[in-house]
Amino acid sequence: MSDTVIQEGRLDRRDVSWFVDKTVQVLMFVGGISAVIFIVGIFVFVGKEGFSFLFEGFSFTEFFGSINWRPTSENNQTFGALALIVGTASVTGMAMLVAIPFSLGAAIYIGEFATGKTRESLKILVELLAAIPSVVWGFIGLTIMNGIIIDLFDIPIGLNVLNAGIILGLMAAPIMTTIAEDALKAVPDKYREAAEAMGATKWQMIRQVVLPAAKNGLVSAVLLGIGRGFGETMAVLMASGHSINIPGSPFDSVRALTATIAAELGETAVGSDHYGALFTLGIFLFIITFLINLTADLVVKGIRKK
Amino acid sequence: MIDTSQNIPVLNIRDLNISYGSNTILRDVTLNVRPNEIFGIIGPANSGKTSFLKAINRMDEFTDGMRTEGLIEFYGYDTSKWRNLYSLRKQMGVVFPLPVGLPLSVYENVAFAPRISGVRNKSELDDIVENCLTRAALWDEVKDRLNSLGSLLSGGQQQRLTIARALSQKPKLLMLDEFSIAVDPVTTMRIEDVLRDLKKELSIILVTNLVQQAERLADRTALFLNGELVEIGQTNELFDGRTKDQRTTDYLEGRFG
Repeated sequence: MSDTVIQEGRLDRRDVSWFVDKTVQVLMFVGGISAVIFIVGIFVFVGKEGFSFLFEGFSFTEFFGSINWRPTSENNQTFGALALIVGTASVTGMAMLVAIPFSLGAAIYIGEFATGKTRESLKILVELLAAIPSVVWGFIGLTIMNGIIIDLFDIPIGLNVLNAGIILGLMAAPIMTTIAEDALKAVPDKYREAAEAMGATKWQMIRQVVLPAAKNGLVSAVLLGIGRGFGETMAVLMASGHSINIPGSPFDSVRALTATIAAELGETAVGSDHYGALFTLGIFLFIITFLINLTADLVVKGIRKK
Repeated sequence: MIDTSQNIPVLNIRDLNISYGSNTILRDVTLNVRPNEIFGIIGPANSGKTSFLKAINRMDEFTDGMRTEGLIEFYGYDTSKWRNLYSLRKQMGVVFPLPVGLPLSVYENVAFAPRISGVRNKSELDDIVENCLTRAALWDEVKDRLNSLGSLLSGGQQQRLTIARALSQKPKLLMLDEFSIAVDPVTTMRIEDVLRDLKKELSIILVTNLVQQAERLADRTALFLNGELVEIGQTNELFDGRTKDQRTTDYLEGRFG
């Protein structure tokens, strides 16, 4: 009898497991909100550095309308970011032309055709590909791709939109493949069975049932790829030629927003207009990638609601 | 081309064995399905009924580890020698236990099979869709919302949608796997009426957990038990107690397990 009776005070005692439980809760909470803290922190920091320029030397029409980026000119200092924006956009566009067919093809093969060991090893390889440092990709662009493009198209310099786009496309493809494959995996097998029971061939089933059902996930894979393209720095810096230019063809060199910041920030005086302008570029990039990621997120949420 | 004019069995199955790995789940099944009959298959869960259906339209090729041995003839053709699986499956409609509305509109759900067989003509597709939905007793309920998502219909409507979809490929054989699991009794009765009508134009294999459903619908009934075909007989004879195996009587009278 006596051991089933609740001992006086037992209910009130904080034992070791109670403290462990509370500690873990606090640690998990800190881990959970740290992402929010960092995002806000970065935005505040970048904003603080860029705002002085935004309110004083900044001209909206010049920033978005002029192609003249002359931050170090003695008498005619201009901060026209149009060429940089177009440069980033053209490289990203070219990258998507490369990455979309590659990544969707790979995702469909891994998700729908490959089985067993082939499938597992391919997934590991794709993830391995995503882990290659960007400077290595840049190196490949600078040395191998450069030579190939010069030989293939008979042009003097192979560092251009085409080169950077291909490199960036290959870089973005693995992550896009992984996300696209997740989207395909989320399509219930019962749809596949139903389509196949009606005599659909594998391809008919994929094209008419699986891809439409996975559409939102696939769109967000592409959007995240675009976000990746906008934010990538080192590989683009090395492969794009880094010359301020509105490209007329894929064989023109361009300069990217990110590459400009990376190349110039070390040489500016803290607090100068140039310094502030670079941070303004940073704010712009931040807003663009934020919007792209947000859109991707909303698109994915869209499927869940149905 | 399949010649359906002669009176050969729709399905002629001899010594069919189905196994997953080393685990045999259906042994030595030999049976016929005749033209224009409803062939009921009853039996508790895990007695191999669903695998039996999968073997017939060769869905086993998509099920990991599933192996079938034995002869399955469809209108006299050995299905294991039928190279174009897709054309084989087009001859056989399947209705799954839980309704699977493809993530397409009501219209496109029914037009799916004709489309993949190459029907492009809009008015021809319209005719097929209306015809199949009517035969599945669904047309009146959905004719005003053919373009809304099939997956938004109620469970019973979706199940009739899958029947309409199965009919759209003009099958010679319709296989229903416990179609009434997710359907209310009233709708079940409507679907049963539909099936009695359909019997005039095709053969039906009806796998069911409900003994009474087999009694109401099936011309002949087979009992599967733990991977064994216990008995096949005229449904009315079985339910009158004229069984050859005591286990059948026990199962039909609910004295089982």
